[in-house]
Amino acid sequence: MAVTREDLLHIADLARVGVDDARVEDLTRELSSILGHMEVLSQVDTSTVPPASGVGSGGTPLRPDDRVAPLMEGTLESFAPSMRDGFFLVPRLATHEDPAESGA
Amino acid sequence: MTIDNYTKLGAAEISAGVRAGEITPSALVDAAFKRADDIGAGRDALNIFLHSDRDACCEEAEVVHGRLEEAADVGVLAGVPIAIKDNIASLGLPTTCGSRILKDYVSPFEATAITRLRANGAIIIAKTNMDEFAMGSSTENSAFGPTRNPHDVRLVPGGSSGGSAAAVAAGITPIALGSETGGSVRQPAAFCGVVGVKPTYGRVSRYGLVAFASSLDQIGVVGRTVDDAAIALETIAGFDKMDSTSSDADVPLYRLSALGKPAPAARDPNTEAMRIGRSPVPLPPPPSETTLKGVVIGKPKEYFPDSLDRSIADLCERALEKMRGMGATVREVSLPQSPLAIPVYYIIAPAEASSNLARFDGVRYGLRVDPGKGLRPMYDATRSEGFGPEVTRRVLLGTYVLSAGYYDAYYKKAQAVRTLIADDFRSVFASGVHAIFTPTTPTPAFPVGAISDPYEMYLNDIFTVTANLAGVPAMSVPIGRVRNLPVGGQIITPHFDEYSMFRVGYALEAALGADAHK
Amino acid sequence: MNDRYEMVVGLEVHVQLKTRTKAFCGCSTDFGAPPNVNTCPVCLALPGALPVLNEKAVELAVRAALGLGCQINPISVFARKNYFYPDLPKGYQISQFDQPLATGGHVVIGKTEDGKDVQIGITRLHMEEDAGKSIHDRYPGATAIDLNRAGVPLIEIVSEPDLRSATDAGAYLRTVKQILQYLDVSDVSMEEGSLRVDANISIRPFGQTKLGTKTEVKNMNSFSAVERALEAEYERQSQLLDSGGNVQQQTLLWDATLGTVRPSRTKEGSHDYRYFPEPDLRPLLLDPKWIHDAKENLPELPDVRKKRFVGDYSISVGEAEQLTSTPSLADYYEGVARASMDGKAAYNWVMGEVSATLRASNIDIALFRVRPADLAQLLNLVRDGAVSHTAAKRVFSLMVETGKPAAQVAADEGLSQVGDESAITTWVDEVLEEHPEEARRYLSGEKKLQGVLVGFVMKKSKGRADPKRVNQLLSARGG
Repeated sequence: MAVTREDLLHIADLARVGVDDARVEDLTRELSSILGHMEVLSQVDTSTVPPASGVGSGGTPLRPDDRVAPLMEGTLESFAPSMRDGFFLVPRLATHEDPAESGA
Repeated sequence: MTIDNYTKLGAAEISAGVRAGEITPSALVDAAFKRADDIGAGRDALNIFLHSDRDACCEEAEVVHGRLEEAADVGVLAGVPIAIKDNIASLGLPTTCGSRILKDYVSPFEATAITRLRANGAIIIAKTNMDEFAMGSSTENSAFGPTRNPHDVRLVPGGSSGGSAAAVAAGITPIALGSETGGSVRQPAAFCGVVGVKPTYGRVSRYGLVAFASSLDQIGVVGRTVDDAAIALETIAGFDKMDSTSSDADVPLYRLSALGKPAPAARDPNTEAMRIGRSPVPLPPPPSETTLKGVVIGKPKEYFPDSLDRSIADLCERALEKMRGMGATVREVSLPQSPLAIPVYYIIAPAEASSNLARFDGVRYGLRVDPGKGLRPMYDATRSEGFGPEVTRRVLLGTYVLSAGYYDAYYKKAQAVRTLIADDFRSVFASGVHAIFTPTTPTPAFPVGAISDPYEMYLNDIFTVTANLAGVPAMSVPIGRVRNLPVGGQIITPHFDEYSMFRVGYALEAALGADAHK
Repeated sequence: MNDRYEMVVGLEVHVQLKTRTKAFCGCSTDFGAPPNVNTCPVCLALPGALPVLNEKAVELAVRAALGLGCQINPISVFARKNYFYPDLPKGYQISQFDQPLATGGHVVIGKTEDGKDVQIGITRLHMEEDAGKSIHDRYPGATAIDLNRAGVPLIEIVSEPDLRSATDAGAYLRTVKQILQYLDVSDVSMEEGSLRVDANISIRPFGQTKLGTKTEVKNMNSFSAVERALEAEYERQSQLLDSGGNVQQQTLLWDATLGTVRPSRTKEGSHDYRYFPEPDLRPLLLDPKWIHDAKENLPELPDVRKKRFVGDYSISVGEAEQLTSTPSLADYYEGVARASMDGKAAYNWVMGEVSATLRASNIDIALFRVRPADLAQLLNLVRDGAVSHTAAKRVFSLMVETGKPAAQVAADEGLSQVGDESAITTWVDEVLEEHPEEARRYLSGEKKLQGVLVGFVMKKSKGRADPKRVNQLLSARGG
């Protein structure tokens, strides 16, 4: 399936990766080429095959509802790009802005 | 025992020497750093290390020494210098994953695997270079420059655990931790002429391993010898309550029993077990014509295509002959879906990666690039400048295959074909085959810069990626050289049967002897 | 509502589960801690951290699902819902998608005019984690992020589009809230954010079966806001159709101040959550036996309790309904009714004096000083004639004030009813002396003045005199 320029811009938008105009064409071609190699899968009949689900049996393990002191050394300030009064700070969003519209 | 032949010593010998008081941990730290200097592990030469702190290592060596003086049991890796791939979270040294987006990031917590190594007396010498976020097969995709192959600096060491494989191959440490998603330990181990092990999915806790593709990722080990790999895996394996996908299956001793003795009784998989307090164990006896008696080795035809490099095929044939000589039966088998593994892998892995890498957003840690135009441009700029080209490509590819309208055709389809690939292994093993033997890679190490087409690079994983998709354990052992470059042979066994894998590995290594490196 | 269009509404209710720790890590869920104090590598999404599911969250979610009449799926699968937002640390929310915890439930929100149950279907109930909090107005030019809430366990309850009016929607929400309170799975407080509601609404001409285009309305902070928002959106859609326009599928935000909905600036098609199974967690497997036991051990639900109250305590359906509105009120009532063996009196007191006192002092009934046994003792004193009805109210208010038991208060304050003839005779004598005019007229045969004189005696005795004895004595005098 050929990836279009629009597809590429759309997924770059979803993935929040800024792509230079200069790179758009190359990436579109590269992705199309890679996906071209995936086409072989469409010929495999998987109508009765369940999707893969992990190694081993058993469900996800559960932990007791007990508080555990965070297993961390140092403070958030030691790695956070921007903090104030204990908050992480990011460039301002408008109130009630939806995830998808931020800064749009 | 003497420190003079440090680069030849195995982890078990080192640990025994330390316990016997013949070598001090400090002398081992010195020897490791001296070797690193001599061989040029630094940025301007082989570029193996991303971060190391010699002073901190010396202090740690003193601590281990102190524990010894108090006659405390310091564990099976007492004083053993170990290198760690830079995507495994460590205290004290940065964890950058070879990426600009995590440049200088120091994790405030440590991976379970490292905690277990340290608890057993190991000394973490350095964090090693890697393809950014483990995406690559050559260690050329590091934001901090490529690592070079110690056998020939013009060549790549393989990847993505190229730094770890090179550290062991260069004699800097007997053991290194790497990580596997599609062959990232076995392939560089093969290219560097060392042993590389990918355990069963769930065998080793992923807690602290920075995720690339969670359903495929597994911490693996690189060793100078099979024994080094076995001792390392024994130390880090076992259930961890911090990783919901880690298995509580018993961890047998891989070393003691590897040459045909019965596996020791299963032990309680104590969640907190640090596996300390084990006495030194004897190395396996030399191979004999009965060492592999009763063992059936499967030779899958899909891994020996006509197009395979003739010399590599010949080395595999020699290895199979050695195994026959030790009593093994070699049987032709088929894993018919294997040719689909690369397309399946390059859908599933990027899909999971696109989600796993979403956390690198410049909000809480790591790089933030803020053009000052609001949140959205901050995201775009941070991720665009923080990720290299291959990571960007895979994040976009993964986003595409998961996006509305394409999920069924790509992701869902790939997961179904993955089931078929796993079924192939199941039926071969169910037919009485104990281990499958294949070449690890279709070619030996290639020159830096030689492969520019992404898909051509992906084909490096063609023989290794199936084990990740099926979740089965696999190892690469040196089986000789082609054009003076190391070649690896791969041993694959059923889920949680690392015991058989090591059994065959020990035997093959011993039977090949010096031939493994010629 | 107009007579042209039918309103069709489905609600998505998010409820915070009452656990001590978060869904996937051991951080506290306490409300009101300083920013980012309740965080760890897992809920900060530090590189290499992994989730481990909280057992209590599963237990509470299953209990909620059973209480809402759902089928529990023995295998359910967590999935990643991918989107970027600064208070969503991993860049995805762990939720459930195509294999949710539970499906196919229903609740009854009332009766139709012909007495049938109005039943609202529940499509599904799934587990998920909450995001953190973004504060936009604290610092100029910056949004502040607090991740204390990030990873708190939630359930999402999705209704069928069975609701036909804003009133229905309100009734549904109150019913669901009541059930969840009875199940003790959540604090269900919209103010504290432990219950949140999004609404999907469409309209169609009456008689049409095909559904109209729906919009999603968000940002309501109370049940009445949900009702008002639905009314407003119904009007907006009606006007659109009336003027020949079409409803656009979109997300709208309720503005409580203006009383209107306004479009969110979301671009259509920009929501592509790219769900896929969460590879860091294996499927959640629930043993059918365990599910069965959980069902057996469910607390009594409001409907059952209401019916039982009518039978056990001889009160009306309406009275039982009032008493069972919250489990704590029902528990209190039941305690009083059992100990006093007088369901009717218990109703009168609980809905009368007790409720008034609680309202006036804004105290939760569970924390009320006068415990059911204490109130029952007072009721028993009244029944036995030891405290008069008049004095009982005074005794009650002193019990509230002092926390002492009824008998002690009555004794200390001299509020026990006095039947003793000599004491009453003295009071009667005094009253006749103090009111010579009334005494003369009464004694000369003006019988209607007896009531006035009884009143004087009662007042003099501070309500303690047994009015029956007073009447008898006065009658004897009056001859």
